[in-house]
Amino acid sequence: MGLIIDKFFAHTTKIIAISILLLVAWIFTVLFQHSMESIQAFGFDFITETKWAPNLEKFGALPAIYGSVVSTFLAMVLAVPLAIGVAIFLSELAPQKLKSPVGVSIELLAAIPSVIYGMWGLFYFVPIIRDTFGGIGISMLTAGIVLSIMILPFMAAVTRDAMNTTPDILKESAYALGGTKWDVIKDIVIPYAKAGIIGSFILALGRAIGETMAVTFVMGNVHKISTDLTAPATSIPVTLANEFTEADTDLYYSSLFELSLLLLVISFTIISIAKFYFLRRKRNMS
Amino acid sequence: MTHTQKRIITNNIVMILSTLSAVIGIGFLFWILGVLVMNGVDALSMTIFMEEGAPPGYEESGLKHALIGQLIIVSVATLFGVPLGILAGTYLSEYGQKSKLAETIRDISDIMMSAPSIVIGAFVYAIVVVPMGHFSGWAGSIALTIIMLPIILRTTDDMLQLVPSTLREAAFALGAPKYKVITQVVYRGAKAGILTGILLGVARVAGETAPLLFTSFNDNFLNTDMMEPMASLTVTMYNYATSPYEDWQRLGWAAAFILSMFILSLNIIGRLLIMKRKGK
Repeated sequence: MGLIIDKFFAHTTKIIAISILLLVAWIFTVLFQHSMESIQAFGFDFITETKWAPNLEKFGALPAIYGSVVSTFLAMVLAVPLAIGVAIFLSELAPQKLKSPVGVSIELLAAIPSVIYGMWGLFYFVPIIRDTFGGIGISMLTAGIVLSIMILPFMAAVTRDAMNTTPDILKESAYALGGTKWDVIKDIVIPYAKAGIIGSFILALGRAIGETMAVTFVMGNVHKISTDLTAPATSIPVTLANEFTEADTDLYYSSLFELSLLLLVISFTIISIAKFYFLRRKRNMS
Repeated sequence: MTHTQKRIITNNIVMILSTLSAVIGIGFLFWILGVLVMNGVDALSMTIFMEEGAPPGYEESGLKHALIGQLIIVSVATLFGVPLGILAGTYLSEYGQKSKLAETIRDISDIMMSAPSIVIGAFVYAIVVVPMGHFSGWAGSIALTIIMLPIILRTTDDMLQLVPSTLREAAFALGAPKYKVITQVVYRGAKAGILTGILLGVARVAGETAPLLFTSFNDNFLNTDMMEPMASLTVTMYNYATSPYEDWQRLGWAAAFILSMFILSLNIIGRLLIMKRKGK
């Protein structure tokens, strides 16, 4: 009797574990199947065409791709230096008394749902952008800034963790040689934690590109490529959030599914690069 | 200027810059938190918990429908996600260990944890909403289950691995079969850790909006039938905040406040559990 239960338990856990892989495969297959119509209709033009006109049954994803890339790029440009600064502050500079409360509050802020960052952006940040740069305030720039603030806690926390892996003895040796704090950070801590830091930045990038709610409020969902950062724009997740419940033709649906598939492939690739090239070493060590 | 002086000056500049960026970064984050608390507390009242949604301008409007809807959707997701996640995690830690299969499952779950949640919404739309013909609470719960699974799986895996193998060996030596060793010894040893994983998993999906937009959709009135579209705090918050009506926006802030407090408390409880364990 015990033997049967034992076998049953082992097999059940194994089946459930394997079903995770099957689930992921299923997600890709379903998205691909539902994209078929759009793929057949537009082929590669889908990602190079700039016109997204549901009433004309014409769907080009370039404005959304452009918006995703530019807003994420803006967010990274703003968040990376800030995250490094916060991480240096937390791991090397802050007095012991401040380290833990500030560190914990940053981690807790990373847990706040992104929809709240979006709401804050809409009510408090859009007016500032409007007053400073003109326009309506709903823009690519606003999206980039709100996105950067949203990924900042996550980035700062993981960068700090990476920096904290530097053995104290290495740092102490450098101090003993007369190094200043900055010498120690740039010659010891950063080289030592490099892979972890870059990995966590790329991971943050992967999350930012798929982030929906923080940007949906403030981007405007306008399918137009504009070099003016203060003009409304769209991104892949913003388009999905705004139009999924509105799509009225099969081709429209199929195009939205193709966008989802595109987004999944992009973020899967970015996250895999972070995991396999940069963060692999860390796991083996722990 | 000597070399030493130069180094000291560079050092001071960098230290000032990094403290400044810490101040800016933390300032922004506390600004958001401040806004949330101010607007949230301001909008809170008993009516919010007693009344359902109402047209704008109507005084007796509340969030009862969204609170209950949210509770149902998240509870059902937890009911599925937690046992499945724990069992899969058990396989990784106790049976699969360092095998190729187990490592692949770990990697894929790690990636799934960061994958865009709106895509999961699209997937569930295709496999549940389309065949059903309409949005439903079930679809929302299924989407959240898929998001929660990898989180529970990975924390269970990590936490079980922390249980010393001598404990397992001692139980085996007493003649216990493997499933008994796992359920009665390993699970007990990792109880606090698994519980923390569950709390963090629930906290994570409770804040999800994107995958609910086109699965559970929304409903301005109280609905407890999972076959029908169902309100959630997050989607309600999104709809109310983007509406032009001031009283709806106030309700949106109230929803944001309630949800954040819930999520923050789960996170804090989870941390305390882990700390207590470490303290022992």
